[in-house]
Amino acid sequence: MSDDILFEIKDLEVSYGSIAAIKGISLQVRKGEIVTILGANGAGKTTTMRTISRLLKAKSGSIRFKGHELTSLPAHKIVKLGISHSPEGRRVFGILTVEENLLLGAFTRSKVDRNTLDWVYELFPRLKERKKQLAGTLSGGEQQMLAIGRALMCNPEMLLLDEPSLGIAPILVKAIFQQIKEISRKGVTVLLVEQNAKAALKLADRGYVLDVGKIALAGTSEELLASPKVQEAYLGKKH
Amino acid sequence: MDIFLQQLANGLTIGSMFALVALGYTMVYGVMRLINFAHGDMVAASAFVGLTIYTQVMGQATSLPAVIAIFLLSAVCMACIGIILERVAYRPLREAPRLSAVVSALGASLVIQNGIMLIWGPRMRIFPELVPQVYWDFGGVVISLIQVIILVLSLVLMVALYLFVEKTRIGAAIRASSIDQDAARLMGINVNRIIALIFIIGSSLGAVGGLFIGLYYRGITFNMGWQYGLYAFVAAIIGGIGNIPGAMLGGMLLGLFNAFIAGYVSSTWADAFTFILLIVILIVRPTGILGERVAEKV
Repeated sequence: MSDDILFEIKDLEVSYGSIAAIKGISLQVRKGEIVTILGANGAGKTTTMRTISRLLKAKSGSIRFKGHELTSLPAHKIVKLGISHSPEGRRVFGILTVEENLLLGAFTRSKVDRNTLDWVYELFPRLKERKKQLAGTLSGGEQQMLAIGRALMCNPEMLLLDEPSLGIAPILVKAIFQQIKEISRKGVTVLLVEQNAKAALKLADRGYVLDVGKIALAGTSEELLASPKVQEAYLGKKH
Repeated sequence: MDIFLQQLANGLTIGSMFALVALGYTMVYGVMRLINFAHGDMVAASAFVGLTIYTQVMGQATSLPAVIAIFLLSAVCMACIGIILERVAYRPLREAPRLSAVVSALGASLVIQNGIMLIWGPRMRIFPELVPQVYWDFGGVVISLIQVIILVLSLVLMVALYLFVEKTRIGAAIRASSIDQDAARLMGINVNRIIALIFIIGSSLGAVGGLFIGLYYRGITFNMGWQYGLYAFVAAIIGGIGNIPGAMLGGMLLGLFNAFIAGYVSSTWADAFTFILLIVILIVRPTGILGERVAEKV
């Protein structure tokens, strides 16, 4: 690993009360990469994401981003440093309009950047058509677009995407994954958590496989796609 | 007809006081899902703080600048106490079970109530005549200057609060925090600061409400916070707890309802009818008149 590492987790442990959820994981993300974290339900993927954003407290270990230690910062400061999180379950503000949601995404900016707003509308034209509509009335896929768009509004350097395909029509999943590629092309580093291993590995440069709180496998997407373990566990192929 | 108009004027006056106090309940509930039972006692404390500022700081002056200063200083004092209250009684219990916070709120209520009694004594005190006794008689309907001031100032404060919450960036952060605190944090909103702000706004509005109660009813007692707090709490529920315009509407409606019951039935029955109204509203519309806004998926 060279010095272009943007983000690094080292020996991270997280627990809920006495129950350990993350049992010492380490991973790196280089600038401009798309890195995916795969794993089954309960493997600790969302826990990892929530700990990065400091919605959860780490028990031990370190999370570093551009030289800053994140584990000791409050959640709102992490957004300011340039990490934006589109959470599992989308968590859009249902009784606010689409545009109000997007503007809240730019809360850390003293002024809303019109270019960013235009870019988000360009990525997801559906949001522009529905900007005056309450977010809670959107379909699941549209809410996911809104959650991603909202996370982009603060011009993050790194985007955390937690299960963007969850509960969404396959055709919209494809569209959303295409736009994630587009977001990455604009220079945003992406850390993507997914259960849909096939779609995630097609998109990502590298991946980690989490298994009950530990990293079971790591490698480039090609290596993981070819790995019998991944094929059996996540791609439904028998050997 | 005279009774109707007279009670309309009285109802709007007490209604705007209820509304100011109800806003404190509803805003705290909106973000924290907690009934701040100490709020009524904060309102009572404000009347006593205002009394002391009048006698000790202002040298019993009743000029307009002095009266404005009494209002501002009382609001600032109560805002500070509100911040301390949140820090001491509620923040340590943020992650605790709901019941712990409720018990803490009731405890805070008793502490403030007894604090007032220790400082100002258990007997009724007379609030100073800060506003001259001017009355207008419109063919049998009497309206006082105090009533006009209470109504106008309350409306100005409520419109200002509404615009602040609906139109500003910080207002949007307040709304976001009341919908989903974790999601608000992910937007970079410092939710602790928003909660402190809510206590500042709620306590200041409550402080103005407490001074109005002193001006209007003149007699103030250490335990009056319970009664006015309860009315305002009912008003907040009638309008839809957590809903800011709801608290304003609920306060006004409850004030009018109270005044008409007092005018047409009997003032001794006003309390009983108030709670009958509460029960009816809870049966017919459990979320209150305006309720929580919910976006239905189509």
